[in-house]
Amino acid sequence: MQALVTDLGFDVLFRGTNFTRLLGGMWVTLEISLISVALSIILGILLGVVMTLKNPVTKAICRVYLEIVRIMPQLVLLFIVYYGSARLIGLKFEPEFAAVIVFTFWGTAEMGDLVRGALQSIPIHQYESAYALGMNRSQTYFSIVIPQTIRRLLPLSINLVTRMIKTTPLIVMIEVVEATKVARQIIDANRVASPNAAFGLFFVIFVLYFAVCWPISLLASHLEKKWSN
Amino acid sequence: MYMKNTKLFKLLALAVAVLMVVGVMAGCSKATEADKGETTANSDSSDTIYRSLDEIKESGSIKIGVFSDKNPFGFVDENGEYQGYDVYFARRIAKDLGVEVEFVSTEAANRVEALQTGKVDIILANFTVTEERAQQVDFALPYMNVALGVVSPSDKAITDLSQIGTDDAVIVISGTTAEIYLEENNPEITLKKYDTYSDAKTAFENGQGVAWANDNTEVIAYANTVDGYTVGIPKLGSDDTIAPAVTKGNESLLNWINDEIKSLADEQFFHKDYEETLVDTYGKDYEEELVVEGGVIK
Repeated sequence: MQALVTDLGFDVLFRGTNFTRLLGGMWVTLEISLISVALSIILGILLGVVMTLKNPVTKAICRVYLEIVRIMPQLVLLFIVYYGSARLIGLKFEPEFAAVIVFTFWGTAEMGDLVRGALQSIPIHQYESAYALGMNRSQTYFSIVIPQTIRRLLPLSINLVTRMIKTTPLIVMIEVVEATKVARQIIDANRVASPNAAFGLFFVIFVLYFAVCWPISLLASHLEKKWSN
Repeated sequence: MYMKNTKLFKLLALAVAVLMVVGVMAGCSKATEADKGETTANSDSSDTIYRSLDEIKESGSIKIGVFSDKNPFGFVDENGEYQGYDVYFARRIAKDLGVEVEFVSTEAANRVEALQTGKVDIILANFTVTEERAQQVDFALPYMNVALGVVSPSDKAITDLSQIGTDDAVIVISGTTAEIYLEENNPEITLKKYDTYSDAKTAFENGQGVAWANDNTEVIAYANTVDGYTVGIPKLGSDDTIAPAVTKGNESLLNWINDEIKSLADEQFFHKDYEETLVDTYGKDYEEELVVEGGVIK
């Protein structure tokens, strides 16, 4: 057992402040993704409503926006916002701030599209039935359309949220030191003493990400079950 | 009904647009505010992306880009402190400038970009001077030598490339100077390429090649830590140097660094640096070969 602990580099984890630093790195990851997720949900819902408009101008703008987000790798967006902004307009963003902009830009587009899909999936006869029963517009929205939309939206948006959290290691490329970067620092600092530390450290990273994403999935399935009754 | 609909939605759309613009503007002003401490001087004197010597001194801190995962040049120790040969020099620069040092963890591929966009004032990240890079950034005087080296098993040591037979293979890591050099100058040698350090190491130890070519610092460190291997060729190809780099055009900072490197020769600073940071990895034997003192290449 002792040999296993040493071989796989788990002992490295508890040397000095290594473990605290790893948790600190995870916190950076979480902070950036949670802020971006919160902004994306708010802006995404608004965007989703705009996307259902029959106005050709907003339609075209939303279409272009969505396509840009779909086509561009997030890494390219990060480079454009972090380095490009400095080069073109001399703006000096903190890297964490640039990361939040990019993740929100991405999340808003995807969230908007999910909201649009959910809104459009409510059949027209439900609106008509509601109006026939004498409900006004806001009553129809708040009692009929929105509750159903949220239910349809939930599994899809949870999927988006976990995807965003899992994409954060990319921000290493714009000089943010987050969990995977801290892991690499620790592995390298112990390259000679514990050459196999990589396994142990990335296993811990796996556990940390699991610990963050699993409760979110649990909450989603709990809500889904609750609302289906 | 429909008329009302579109009106309502137009209003909503407008609200969203306003929100987004406000969001972006708030973001910008926040970013500028955060940077105010360091860029106020910038705004009155010039529009340059870099900070001049005076601006750095005025702000009270210097941003130095170093590696945080390249032991023993730049790495983070178990207490979360930056350490290594480059870091040791970086701390001295900050001390002599009379400012705080702020380390920025840098990736190899971003070193040029970080300088060109003013994200750091100096790069001290094992930055090899090449002609191509010199067009994009300004290098100061060198503080270390680097060349290629070849390591092989001690009982079948390769001391000259001509010893490598036609059936033998040499191990290299893809994208390194070793690969480029051997392909250009010794195309007759069969190369086995691996993507990562650990893959190449495993392959070498399992006898996949008769030798392993890499930066000489890497092969020396390897032979010193693993029994049964010798650096048969400690120097191969052209001698390259490692130097600090600043944003192109940042004359005041560049001149200051050059003067600093020259004056540090009096106290044999880089020899001390070597003994503090590199001696465990490379041993005493390579000190003269690796260290460049006062920017003078022997």
